[in-house]
Amino acid sequence: MNWERGMKMFAWLDTPARSLELRSTCRVDVLVDGKAISARLGETVLTALRINVGHLHAFDFAPEARAGFCQMSACQDCWLWRLDGTRLRACTSLVETGLELSTMPPEQRQ
Amino acid sequence: MTGQEPIVIVGAGPAGIAAAGVLVAAGLRPVVIDQAGTGGGQIFRRPEPQLSRTLEDLYGFDARRARRFRDDFHRLLPNIDYRPRTEVWDAKPGVLHLVDNGVVGIQRWSRLILATGAMDRVIPIPGWTAPGVYSLGGAQIALKAEASLIGRKVVFSGTGPLLYLVSYQYAKAGAEVVLLEAGRPFSDPGNLLPLASGGLGFAKGVYYMAWLRAHGVRLLTDSSPIEITHDRHGRAAGFVFRRRGVVTRLPCDAVAIGFGLQAETQIADLLGVAFHFADLQRQWLPVADAEGRASAEGVYLAGDGLSVRGSEVAALSGEAAAMALLKDIGRPRPAMFGRHRVIRRADRFRHALDRAFPFPVTAVCDLDDRAVVCRCEGVTAGAIRATASSSGETEINRIKSFCRVGMGRCQGRLCGPVAAELLAGMASENIQSVGRLRSQAPLKPLPLATLAGTR
Repeated sequence: MNWERGMKMFAWLDTPARSLELRSTCRVDVLVDGKAISARLGETVLTALRINVGHLHAFDFAPEARAGFCQMSACQDCWLWRLDGTRLRACTSLVETGLELSTMPPEQRQ
Repeated sequence: MTGQEPIVIVGAGPAGIAAAGVLVAAGLRPVVIDQAGTGGGQIFRRPEPQLSRTLEDLYGFDARRARRFRDDFHRLLPNIDYRPRTEVWDAKPGVLHLVDNGVVGIQRWSRLILATGAMDRVIPIPGWTAPGVYSLGGAQIALKAEASLIGRKVVFSGTGPLLYLVSYQYAKAGAEVVLLEAGRPFSDPGNLLPLASGGLGFAKGVYYMAWLRAHGVRLLTDSSPIEITHDRHGRAAGFVFRRRGVVTRLPCDAVAIGFGLQAETQIADLLGVAFHFADLQRQWLPVADAEGRASAEGVYLAGDGLSVRGSEVAALSGEAAAMALLKDIGRPRPAMFGRHRVIRRADRFRHALDRAFPFPVTAVCDLDDRAVVCRCEGVTAGAIRATASSSGETEINRIKSFCRVGMGRCQGRLCGPVAAELLAGMASENIQSVGRLRSQAPLKPLPLATLAGTR
């Protein structure tokens, strides 16, 4: 460890906690269960729905909302539906213009 | 298998890219399969351009290594066959089955380097399936890759070095953080010297702890989680824990859970690689020789998917595996100057970390019967215990077929190790005799339409 790096280790006394600066970004509208939400371009469907909707789908065997867990495509608890009935994994899908999603399987939609 | 088939690397984190670098230097053009959109693995995971920040902001002390990694990756890119956003869903000798943007395909291989990394190890704290509860790694990904926090008031529950790092990153980003460490990391004075042998790695850990303390973040060791409570919408709203006999309930809007890391080993398992039970890490790991050769022919292992030792050792083990491969195909290879010595030294530090932050087995054995262990299938700890006592079985694959634990979409990645601990604890049996869940294809869910090639 050189001197400069050594000093950096003690610089924490001067660094106050600060708010995460969200760079102002391009936004995109995504339709979820018929309602438009405003998402940041570059974010995943999981994050967009976590922030704007609060859940992604219901647990298959009980009325319980789920919003994903691992965020690294291991737990598979963030799959939802496009309006055409195809499925999408929220943590590995980015939001895009014209995306229309459903948190319910096609057979449960009116 | 012909000599014409390419060498394939699965994973583009520090281990996979280091391996690719050695092969490219030897004049080969490996195929590199990456689940992500760009190289980096989880440690150097990159945000999309719209959400990018400075390397210092994204990676802190690791900014310099992150920059070097990026440079290496971009330098290699023209010389590797890079397949971003591609997942392996089945593996056989000589063949990988892939899915790439909803299209299935086959990749043949003559030699295969698996650098599949690791994920969080979880204890299913009752209430953990609610929105607002994420894995520790997931919480870090939200911040690192998407400049977003999982909540404003976040409880970090678990054990291990990552718990302190992510708590620090969240507190620095403006979240109100409480860190509940399940163990007592510094209770063994005999472990302090080996810990200090970690040098810079140890210093970083001490720095995060000092920063958290200096900024008034509550950091409580010896804290056993009891329950995550929900609001009327079913979202995480509170965290109940016990510390030295006192039960406390903390209000929060998000929880991150991480009890160390577990190697991602499913592909190796499908290929018939032998496994051994690593006592200190308390998990099943694939067997490889000192240079990374696995017991299955033509298969090499590197990085955290071989043994969880962190990103620096991962890169070294990636190089070692690639060099072993070069030797095996009769190509000249550069010398391993001092690498094994560096790996051995890092191992000493890692062993000290494993001793300081052991997986809290009793917390699993004491799980409430109502705790949902398998979140895919909704199997509770009580159901697993009842199945074991009514069947008289403790072998985990039999228990799986009786009560569906581990049969869901995640293939038992999250619940498998927990169910094994529960069964071993119940029968007072050695955890090894419970066995491990056999991996099954598809490793990741695959819509039938995708398999049929209609989408």
